[in-house]
Amino acid sequence: MNIIVCIKQVPSTSNVEVDPVTGVLKREGTKSKMNPYDLFALEQAFLLRERYGGTVAVLSMGPNQAMDVLYEALYMGADSAVLASDRRFAGADVLTTSYTLAQCVRKIGEYDLIICGKQTTDGDTGQVGPEMAEWLEIPHACNVTAVESFSEGEGAFIVKVNMDHSIYTVKIQAPCLITVDKDINTPRLPSYLRKKTVGNAQISVWSMGDLPDQDESHYGLTGSPTQVERVFPPEAHDDRVCFTGTGEELAGRLYSLLREKKRI
Amino acid sequence: MAHIKVNQEKVTPEIAERLASVCPFGAIVVSEAGLSIEAGCRLCRLCLEADQDGVLTLVEDKPETSVDKSRWQGIAILAECVGNRLHPITLELLGKALEMAAPAGTPVFAVVIGWQVTSAAESLKYYGADKIYVYDDRHLEHFEPLRYAMCAADFIAKVRPSVVLAGATSMGRSLAPRIAARFRTGITADCTGLALRDNGNLVQTRPAFGGNIMARIVTPHTRPQMCTVRYRVFDAAPRRENPTAQVEVMAVPHGLANVGAQVLDVLAKPEELDISEAEVIVAVGRGVKDEAGLRLAKKLADILGAQLACTRPMVENGRFDPRRQIGLSGRTVKPKLIVTIGVSGAVQFAAGMDKSEYIISINSDPEASIFNISHVGLVGDLYEVLPAFIEKIEREGLVR
Repeated sequence: MNIIVCIKQVPSTSNVEVDPVTGVLKREGTKSKMNPYDLFALEQAFLLRERYGGTVAVLSMGPNQAMDVLYEALYMGADSAVLASDRRFAGADVLTTSYTLAQCVRKIGEYDLIICGKQTTDGDTGQVGPEMAEWLEIPHACNVTAVESFSEGEGAFIVKVNMDHSIYTVKIQAPCLITVDKDINTPRLPSYLRKKTVGNAQISVWSMGDLPDQDESHYGLTGSPTQVERVFPPEAHDDRVCFTGTGEELAGRLYSLLREKKRI
Repeated sequence: MAHIKVNQEKVTPEIAERLASVCPFGAIVVSEAGLSIEAGCRLCRLCLEADQDGVLTLVEDKPETSVDKSRWQGIAILAECVGNRLHPITLELLGKALEMAAPAGTPVFAVVIGWQVTSAAESLKYYGADKIYVYDDRHLEHFEPLRYAMCAADFIAKVRPSVVLAGATSMGRSLAPRIAARFRTGITADCTGLALRDNGNLVQTRPAFGGNIMARIVTPHTRPQMCTVRYRVFDAAPRRENPTAQVEVMAVPHGLANVGAQVLDVLAKPEELDISEAEVIVAVGRGVKDEAGLRLAKKLADILGAQLACTRPMVENGRFDPRRQIGLSGRTVKPKLIVTIGVSGAVQFAAGMDKSEYIISINSDPEASIFNISHVGLVGDLYEVLPAFIEKIEREGLVR
């Protein structure tokens, strides 16, 4: 079974603030880490490889420093790694990010399963996975809580899908894409032994010229239909208020508050 | 390809240092050769705003391949059904769509996809949409992204709405991006604010970086403009006296049965006792002295569909299961809403819940420290406030 896991390097803290006066993003250092949700995707891939054999490739898009998370994945047990990195990929929104990753998948070629984390902690959209599936014309399932089995004969996976009020059991034909829920497994740590054996030679870095589609207008900011006009700090709501009154009056307050919060 | 150009002649070490420190993505690198912009640049333009010395310029050489926007009219919402009943997000989407549509008299459409959903579509007629399109088929009984995308794409291709809104639910988050990619258009997740400009552009506001900053996003050159919207953010459309909408039953696209995944089984989620994931919590403290007080708290929790939680003393006196305890020695919770009843607000308790989005506290002691961390404090006797509140709810028959 050949599995591709998509991972992303994200800032190690989401504790960014916008200076309300200058509108400039305040941040502490430039430390980054692997998107924590991707750890569950990786572990799921390793578990499937243990059960069914095959390979695990990791794929990421980002600047050169994103190699760090690819190395981390290699030390954890991935067999190969690809980084899509090109200045022409910069400023990509969901559509162009998913397109670039899908182009990389096409170049990788044979695969049975693509696994993504549920979302990233910086972009926070959870939309790149489903869009990749659309570009690749394969079925997908989001919020997968378990990959129960793979039937060689049928070429299909049986997965559990976490919907809002119920759990679906779904048969999904390979090749397909799943995004996995958090906490569905316990991700392993990078291994020192693997670090020694892996060395630093295994990451392929692809620029636009390496991909099947070389039309610049399909990548990066140029190909992105959405534009961020402005970032700003959220409205502070530290307006704490206290009310006194009779039981009846306070009950009225409670009622209108809950009404306003759409809880009744 | 747009990019940021550096005028190296104007770069001084101080300017370089300052600009590099502004970039949230570490894409501005200072070296001996000067200042360079690396592949990490997302063109957020923060450096341009911080640049007072004319060092940086944004070079935009975009070939604008804009669609003919006049051919895309109206606002559509993707209704969501649970079984054959409408999910409440549907009415909230409709409420926002109607509000945006009102000034220019823009038409509002709803798309209902499912199996045996005609009654849901019929009930939706009373909520202000102009037209309701129904895709009803046995193969749409359970949500399946490809099949639902086929139906939604069929609708979009035929009706050409300028805006498509979906709920940021399990279904909407999985379905809407797929549709957006099919139409090569933009999609914005989890919008908490939406407005329509006179030129028809949708202004989408969403939280980023875990809610620490807000971003304002537009999709100026492609159609439809798509987004998902969080549940319980917008006001639901009110029910009208008379139906406003026509219902049109659409032929389902060919080959529906043969695409996508197959849902083999659907299991209702078991009620789990896990207060750390709860969206709404009613927390009880020592001020709740007896069974009667506990009954009031339970009643409130029922009304709100909330999990009941407690302080440490309430576990020690045997009234509660330890799994319901909030605080340093219990669980940490971050619900959208927490109502504390008779809780004094000791530091150990507060540490387990002070990140909650909205905190309402009822306590008879005006000096109670719980009021320091509450958004709203109600200083009063819970044995008076809660019965009056419950009576008011029951009078209106609002119990969920």
